[in-house]
Amino acid sequence: MSTTALRAASKGRLFEPKLIIGIVVVAVLLVISLFTGVYDIFGAQDGGEMFAITRIPRTIALVLAGAAMAMSGLVMQLLTQNRFVEPTTTGTTEWAGLGLLLVMIVNPGADLLTKMTFAILAAFIGTMVFFLFLRRVSLKASLTVPIVGIMLGSVVGAISTFIALQTDMLQSLGIWFAGSFTSILRGQYEVLWIVAIVAVAIFLVADRFTVAGLGEEIATNVGLNYKQVMFLGTGLIAIATGVVTVVVGNLPFLGLIVPNIVSMFRGDDLRGNLPWVVLLGVGIVTVCDLVGRTIIMPFEVPVSLILGVLGAVVFIALLLRQRRNG
Amino acid sequence: MITLENVHKKYSNDVAIGPVSISIPAGGITALVGPNGAGKSTLLTMVGRLMGIDEGTISISGFDVASTASKDLAKIVSILRQENHFVTRLTVRQLVGFGRFPHSKGRLSAADELIVSRSIDFLDLGALEARYLDELSGGQRQRAYVAMVLAQDTEYVLLDEPLNNLDMAHSVQMMAHLRRAAEELGRTIVIVLHDINFAGHYADHICAVKHGKVVEFGTPAEIMRDDVLTRVFETPVTVIDGPRGPLAVYY
Repeated sequence: MSTTALRAASKGRLFEPKLIIGIVVVAVLLVISLFTGVYDIFGAQDGGEMFAITRIPRTIALVLAGAAMAMSGLVMQLLTQNRFVEPTTTGTTEWAGLGLLLVMIVNPGADLLTKMTFAILAAFIGTMVFFLFLRRVSLKASLTVPIVGIMLGSVVGAISTFIALQTDMLQSLGIWFAGSFTSILRGQYEVLWIVAIVAVAIFLVADRFTVAGLGEEIATNVGLNYKQVMFLGTGLIAIATGVVTVVVGNLPFLGLIVPNIVSMFRGDDLRGNLPWVVLLGVGIVTVCDLVGRTIIMPFEVPVSLILGVLGAVVFIALLLRQRRNG
Repeated sequence: MITLENVHKKYSNDVAIGPVSISIPAGGITALVGPNGAGKSTLLTMVGRLMGIDEGTISISGFDVASTASKDLAKIVSILRQENHFVTRLTVRQLVGFGRFPHSKGRLSAADELIVSRSIDFLDLGALEARYLDELSGGQRQRAYVAMVLAQDTEYVLLDEPLNNLDMAHSVQMMAHLRRAAEELGRTIVIVLHDINFAGHYADHICAVKHGKVVEFGTPAEIMRDDVLTRVFETPVTVIDGPRGPLAVYY
């Protein structure tokens, strides 16, 4: 036992060869995404112009939205100590949708920034309500948590539907519910870059979230201000989810699938996992979007549909796996 | 020294802790014993600032627990509660590394890594250090958490029933590890124990708690007596001379 100096450090290196392979694979997917579509960007006279107006924004949006939802899921799972939690199984997305709807009713001509602010605020309040509820009933049992979250989300969603019905906004709500990258155009998606700031913030405080994931008592023991970290985490999740909801719409299960797959292979150390979570989030959403765009060409299926199918399968697989492991 | 002065905590009309006034000396192992629901764990949790108190003061080597910043207290005292059932997928080494959090804020220096290695070796976890916590047995996991608390390098270590879920051999090993931590590393260890005989054999001081109050405090020789134990546990106890010291027989 005198080899302490030679032993591997507690944290792995951030950039490993495998990660570079992953980056290359996702990069190839993104290039495919750039050149997939009905419009002939090489033949048509305004091909280059169309490429810049639709294809590039769409692909950038895929990267940012995929990363945002995957990271939100990861942080949420650490903060609640529950593997089945993510923005669409806790009602966060529905709250963001309700916020968005209310802005559209009060001020139909609201600009993107106003819409976004209200979606973020609503997402923050909703997530806080959910977290506070969890604290009060100290429900840590794995499955009760997402069930309560999904129920809460449904209630909020029902309220949104009712309001939309009363105010003739049902169609807008329907478009929002079916998250899609179809309408991403230059000049309308740029706010998604806020997600990049959120990613940097999460990376900087990664260890705090990992410690919080060890539970309130252990976190307090090592001197972490648990409540502050919960607040910060909720804020970052709300921003990421709110922005994505406004620009893209509902992207179900992404935050659930990605962190669970990464955890299986790499454990739960957030700092080392973050690049992988981002990469896999981007990869999955890009593949789903490509499928959605090509499956009934020249028409498109919303990406949320493909994600929903994929997510449901992975969700069930996770359940079965957990049951097997007792 | 850990000092509790007139400590009070009220739960409901019939359940309350205190008033407790006691000084736990620095150095060695102090065992908290007593019947179920006596308030042993609650007392420990309050000393470790995981739970607030209604009245009185608790201070650890002169620092008032209520007014000292949590991140500063984390360098003086560490507390490990009974294992929670959520198991994060961290490796043993990563977990123990987070014991350095009060000092390093997550960025482990070479000196931190050395302390982590030493803690791991101290609890014989060297061969398991790359394993994930969810791949360990309950006893191994318990040791990993204790290694984490030791890596925190605090003068005071509070442990809530660390022998829970451990079989005979592992219980003895755990107590031997803690004994060594007290003697070789000079830690002050306060531990909630269920088995009075473990307390009698391994502790330097025994603190008996009943109905939320400290009813006895003394050396094992003073506490391991028929009349004292019978009174504390409210069941007939006979202390006999065992081959390795006094042995409480209660069945």
